[in-house]
Parts: sequence; structure tokens; C-alpha cells
Amino acid sequence: MHELGITRNIVSIVEEAAKGRRVTRVTLDVGRLSGVTPEAILFCFDIVARGTLLDGAKLDINSIEGRGRCRSCGEAFETRTLFEACGCGSRSIERLAGEELKIRNMEIEEAA
Amino acid sequence: MIELEAQILAKNDALAAKNRGWFLGREILALNLVSSPGAGKTTLLERTIRDLKNKIPISVIEGDQATSRDGERIRAAGAAAVQINTGAGCHLEADMVEKGLAELKPPFGSMVMIENVGNLVCPALFDLGESAKVVILSVTEGDDKPLKYPHMFKAAEIMIVNKVDLLPHVDFDVGAAIGNAMKVNPAILALRVSARTGEGMDDWYDWLDHRMLQSRL
Ligand SMILES: Nc1nc2c(ncn2[C@@H]2O[C@H](COP(=O)(O)OP(=O)(O)O)[C@@H](O)[C@H]2O)c(=O)[nH]1
Ligand SMILES: [Mg+2]
Ligand SMILES: [Zn+2]
Repeated sequence: MHELGITRNIVSIVEEAAKGRRVTRVTLDVGRLSGVTPEAILFCFDIVARGTLLDGAKLDINSIEGRGRCRSCGEAFETRTLFEACGCGSRSIERLAGEELKIRNMEIEEAA
Repeated sequence: MIELEAQILAKNDALAAKNRGWFLGREILALNLVSSPGAGKTTLLERTIRDLKNKIPISVIEGDQATSRDGERIRAAGAAAVQINTGAGCHLEADMVEKGLAELKPPFGSMVMIENVGNLVCPALFDLGESAKVVILSVTEGDDKPLKYPHMFKAAEIMIVNKVDLLPHVDFDVGAAIGNAMKVNPAILALRVSARTGEGMDDWYDWLDHRMLQSRL
């Protein structure tokens, strides 16, 4: 399961950016065609975050719908798979969205 | 709130880019071989090494964990090999390949074959810096696999349908399998091969020849 490795990447990137401050919330963008399952990341997150600056932080995942544009007729539409054809029959589709795998932002504990 | 906009796989991608530059500078063709467990990656490599080793030096980075014997099989066939222990990992990452290369020291203008862990999911996400991904699908699997694992078939430049010697005994439609792969990746090349009998291997060697020339440009 690659989500464990992915989650380790998330925690290490955020820890580095936090520079010693405690992190209370992290928000991700995960495309529905990215090959990564949000549920699995959520499942791994608490365990991986334990003992780090992210311990106890809340994880929000924006699930981004797949969108593509047909290179033949120019139509843009939602794509539920990586291999959807356009209504015009063309299979040459430019991906507009849905493969995101990024950390959008984090919230830091206010200094007392 | 602090905006990060950070790519989660940035670290691996950066190391992969470094590996890619390393290969380019040495005119090395590096292939990342992926498949489900048992599709025949090691067998394909063994035969390729036996047939080509007098023409071109081949080194192998072995990440497959199905059997720890893979490294020995490759060495017995006549190529230099380094076995990477991915631990519980289900795929190779770019830093493991970097370490493998430091140990293997493949010569200028040679070929490096990377046998990834038997798994069609995770290796699709982790760039190693290879020149191309080669996906192997054996006829003892389902011909709908390209639709079940679209990321892998989309990322691959070439698909090898292996174990065609078993076609009379199995319910596998090669045309349908290739058609399914092309739905995901219209540009994918497909070859029919038996790594056991040698059938179709010449087409594979022609493709390797053609890709070797490209790495010299
Ligand atoms: N009949 C047949 N068996 C094959 C062929 N290629 C590999 N095998 C067998 O399939 C099994 C798994 O092969 P291996 O190369 O270890 O697969 P890997 O896990 O992908 O490296 C072994 O028993 C091989 O002998 C083939 O072309 N035809
Ligand atoms: Mg193997
Ligand atoms: Zn169209």
C-alpha cells in the first residue's frame, strides 16, 4: 500500500515547513484520478503523525474531480476514469484536473 | 493559515530527475520493468541477457521481492546485478535506484534494467528516472487488467504480452488485452512474447535496439 509512503512524505514536508511550531490542521488536494485513496491516507495519518509536530492535527482532503478536454472537438467534461472517450468518439483527451497530489496549506498553533 | 502548495512526491521526482540526467550523460538506456507478481519479468531478463550480453553490457537493479533468488538468477545469466531490499515497501523509489547505481557502476552506452516490485499500483506513481516503463502482462492473468490498473498502462511506453506459449490452454484474448491497453494509452506499443520458448523475442530486441539508438542522440 503506497499510501503509507505517501503519508510519510506529507508529514515530513509539513514538519519541515512548520519549523518547530505545532501544526493543528493540514489540507490536501487529492485528484480522483491520482491513484491515491483519501481513506487510506486518513487511515495512515494519525499513526504516522504520532510523536511529530503534526501529532493530533486534523487532516482535510479535498477530493478533486477529474476533468478533461477533447483535443478533437474541444469539449470539456468530467472524466471518471483515465480512459473515458469524448462524446464525439475521440480518445485523445487532455487532462485538465484530477491527478493532483499536493499539500495545499497548514494551520499552526497560535503562540500563547 | 500558511499556504504550502507543495507536491507530495516532489522529493522523489527531484531524485528521479537527477537519475535521468545521470543516464542521459552516460548514454545509458534505463528501463523500469513492472508487472503483477509472476508475470515473467525475471525470466524475460534472463533470456534477454543470455541473447544480448555479447553485444551490449546489461546491468540489473533487482527490486522484486517475490523471491530473493532473482538477483542470483540474473548473475547466473551473465549480468551484473544488485538486489535492493525494499523492506515492507511495495515499489522502488528513486533514492534506492541512485544507491543501486553507485554500487553497479554501469558503463557508458550500456543498458540498465530495473526490475520493480511485482505490483501494478504503486510503481506507477514513483518515477525512478528511467528512459521508459515496460509493463509485462502474462496470458494467465485477465485481459481486462489494463482497465483495472490504468495508471500503469498509461505510464508505460510498451506492453509485453508474455507466456504466449500458454495461449492454447487459457481463456485470454490478446487482441482484447491490447485494445484495452490502447483505450488507456493510445500510443502504447504491444509485443507478444514467450520468455520461455523465445517466441517473439526478436521484436523485443528490435525495440531495444531502436531505444538504444535514441539514448545516443
Ligand atoms: N509458460 C511460460 N512460463 C513462463 C514464461 N515466463 C515466465 N514463466 C514462468 O512464470 C513464473 C514466474 O516467472 P518470473 O520470471 O519469476 O516472474 P516475475 O515475478 O515477474 O519476475 C516462473 O515459473 C517462470 O518460469 C513464459 O513465457 N511461458
Ligand atoms: Mg522477479
Ligand atoms: Zn470530442
